[in-house]
Amino acid sequence: MSSDYGNLNLVLAGFGGQGILFAGKLVATAGLLEDRAVSWLPSYGPEMRGGTANCSVCLSDEPIGSPLVTDPDVLIAMNQPSFDLFYPLVVSGGLTILDSLLVPVIEPRDEVPIFGVPATQLADDEGLHGLANVMLVGKLWREHPFCAEETLQEALAACVPPRKQQLLEPNRRALHIGLELA
Amino acid sequence: MSTPTATPTKTVAELEAHADEQVVFQRPETLTSANFSYCPGCTHGVVNRLMAEAIDELDIKGRTIGVVPVGCSVTAYDFFDLDMAQAAHGRASAVATGIKRANPDSIVFAYQGDGDLASIGTAETVHAATRGENITVIFINNAIYGMTGGQMAPTSLPGQVTQTSPYGRDTKTMGFPIRVCEMLATLDGPALVQRVSVDSPKNIRQAKAAIKKAFSYQMDGVGYSIIEVISSCPTNWGLSPVAALDWLRENMLPYYPLGVFKDAGAAPAEAETEASHE
Amino acid sequence: MPNEKVLMKGNEVLAEAALRSGCTCFFGYPITPQTELAAYMAKRMPKEGGAYLQAESEVAAINMVYGAAAAGARVMTSSSSPGISLKTEGISYLVGADLPAVIINVMRGGPGLGGIQPSQADYWQATRALGHGDGHLIVLAPATVQEMADMVATAFALGDTYRTPVMVLADGMLGQMMEPVTLPEPLDLASIEDKPWALTGTGAPGRTTRNIANSLDLVAGNLERRNDERFERYEQIKAKEQRAETYLIDDAEYVVVAFGACARIARSGVERARAVGIKAGLIRPITLWPFPTTTIEAALPGARAFLSVEMNKGQMVDDVRLAVNGRAPVEFYGRTGGVIPTPAEVATALADLQQTVTAAGTKEA
Repeated sequence: MSSDYGNLNLVLAGFGGQGILFAGKLVATAGLLEDRAVSWLPSYGPEMRGGTANCSVCLSDEPIGSPLVTDPDVLIAMNQPSFDLFYPLVVSGGLTILDSLLVPVIEPRDEVPIFGVPATQLADDEGLHGLANVMLVGKLWREHPFCAEETLQEALAACVPPRKQQLLEPNRRALHIGLELA
Repeated sequence: MSTPTATPTKTVAELEAHADEQVVFQRPETLTSANFSYCPGCTHGVVNRLMAEAIDELDIKGRTIGVVPVGCSVTAYDFFDLDMAQAAHGRASAVATGIKRANPDSIVFAYQGDGDLASIGTAETVHAATRGENITVIFINNAIYGMTGGQMAPTSLPGQVTQTSPYGRDTKTMGFPIRVCEMLATLDGPALVQRVSVDSPKNIRQAKAAIKKAFSYQMDGVGYSIIEVISSCPTNWGLSPVAALDWLRENMLPYYPLGVFKDAGAAPAEAETEASHE
Repeated sequence: MPNEKVLMKGNEVLAEAALRSGCTCFFGYPITPQTELAAYMAKRMPKEGGAYLQAESEVAAINMVYGAAAAGARVMTSSSSPGISLKTEGISYLVGADLPAVIINVMRGGPGLGGIQPSQADYWQATRALGHGDGHLIVLAPATVQEMADMVATAFALGDTYRTPVMVLADGMLGQMMEPVTLPEPLDLASIEDKPWALTGTGAPGRTTRNIANSLDLVAGNLERRNDERFERYEQIKAKEQRAETYLIDDAEYVVVAFGACARIARSGVERARAVGIKAGLIRPITLWPFPTTTIEAALPGARAFLSVEMNKGQMVDDVRLAVNGRAPVEFYGRTGGVIPTPAEVATALADLQQTVTAAGTKEA
């Protein structure tokens, strides 16, 4: 296995209901479609039930050892506690994407740039309620391409269940906005 | 694992020699030639025979599977000429469930004592009943643990002296006996809940009818049946067989009234009447 | 679309693989972190015409397994550590009655209620004490979701061949994670060998005897004969069914032994150790019982020391020591309580081991 894209060790974190696990699955599916080694590991247990949610996603050209990402090179944070918990763990040279309205307090480290976008607000303004997660994946891709762009589009189509095909178009719009966000 | 069937068959010569005689009583086909190993005067043998007769009469021997757990029923797989599963203590209804679900065409019975069914296996009993599992449960209630030598059972009567209630069952510390039929009759699941006794020819005939009805309900897919059989344990009660039956009548029947507590196959009014008499 | 790679959770893959292996009965009870398996079965089994039942307890579930196994069905149950403890009664009876069944343990931390994070603390239980009495289960330990997909079919086949229950010992990490997986082709049910011993009724076609599923034998000599016969089968299993995977073992001086999810981490640790000049290699037992002693034996000539890496306080290390039998030092590194060892920790443990062994060698010289 080899890829034009480097290995990705991603942590996505936020509140339950924000679509954290779905966003992780979107990234993992892109890896699957490019026939790379992929792992997706959710937090589970009490935090599944309405509290915080996070998941680890690895894309690699080698078999993946631990699917639990303890030193992420990319973090997507959708609330303050998640940012506070995971940002210090991001490796030097990594980056962080966050929802700037939901994570108001940040103390950036020089070696880990932060890209904040008001994704939840933007999604609501665009009539894309609940799709801030997909928007942030788009933003991640813009800052750190982890697969071919067509693959990401294909992955999105694969992740929207057949019985919810009416949601594909809004998801595509959300992804597009994320991809275009400066 | 397998025991060959050893039903005695007569030679032609033997049959001819007795051509003028009429068979009025014989061993049911569903029983093997093994002698019962139950104690003298124990009513297990009577119930085993009634079950075997019912299975013969319903012509289901070839597809009936028995489950016998721990207690005096533990070696009953020697007595029934059927495919048999021996089960862990209390788990007969769960094992029977597994057999039935794996092969719904089988006729499956669990044959359990009071310790097994109403103490260690209470959960399995209640849940098989409430699921309406299409099995037949024969419940031997003799108010004592027989196999282990006469300890207090969940159905031992208030004041009853046993090895582990040497001063009599004190309900303040040992609680009250469980009336299984009354309890299970509160559930929506069971099709037939009936208590019978084998202390007299009349009651034995009623017990036989109840057991046969239970099996026929299973055949027709009506659902879960439990037949509680009030039984005696002369050995552990410390009584002669005859005195034991007297004790049963004087002490157990008042506490455990006979009757039909639930019958999905009967008209509602009829079921009610049956439960209220006796 | 056969043979297409899909992303699936380990727990769901175990369930789907069972359905494709001819499993027609499943009895379960909810417990984290294996519940997705039961939920998947609840959804799919009725559509396949099989029996799914949420039992009233783990105890009831395993006894339903006993009944269905006795009736000749391919049957499975799944649970996680505390639930497996409850099942051990029924497992002992399955062993005693020589009934095949597949039991999944998606391990979590213990003892007691423990935690819900991944753990390997049930190694002893799985390999030594799944119930009372003399007996074993074949115990298989997957390390990837793909292996989970392939292993279930193996588990059913081994169970039928040797008439024994088989445990698939996974953990919360493997159960919860998604990886790309190619699901096995559904088994042709006609290819499953008949079970002439099954309780199908004395009237079943071709039957001349009646069948009894039983672990009871009150005659001392008879019971011993049954146990002897079972242990003869165990010897065959030990001879024929050991499975292990090796990595960088050919010139390895420091041999890590690790199973399941932990072996994934150990593999990365071995790579890190190699990068700093330590000749490390990995043995990953796939069968925990029988323990792959022949693989250990093969690694012994070049090995200066062994390191058992586990997510427990040191359990499999006993089997490594038994296999090594004093011929090389055997050390242990592990984390517990849901803490997962890191590749860096494994590499450090290997460096420490090299130092200790080298120092001891110098002293002796």
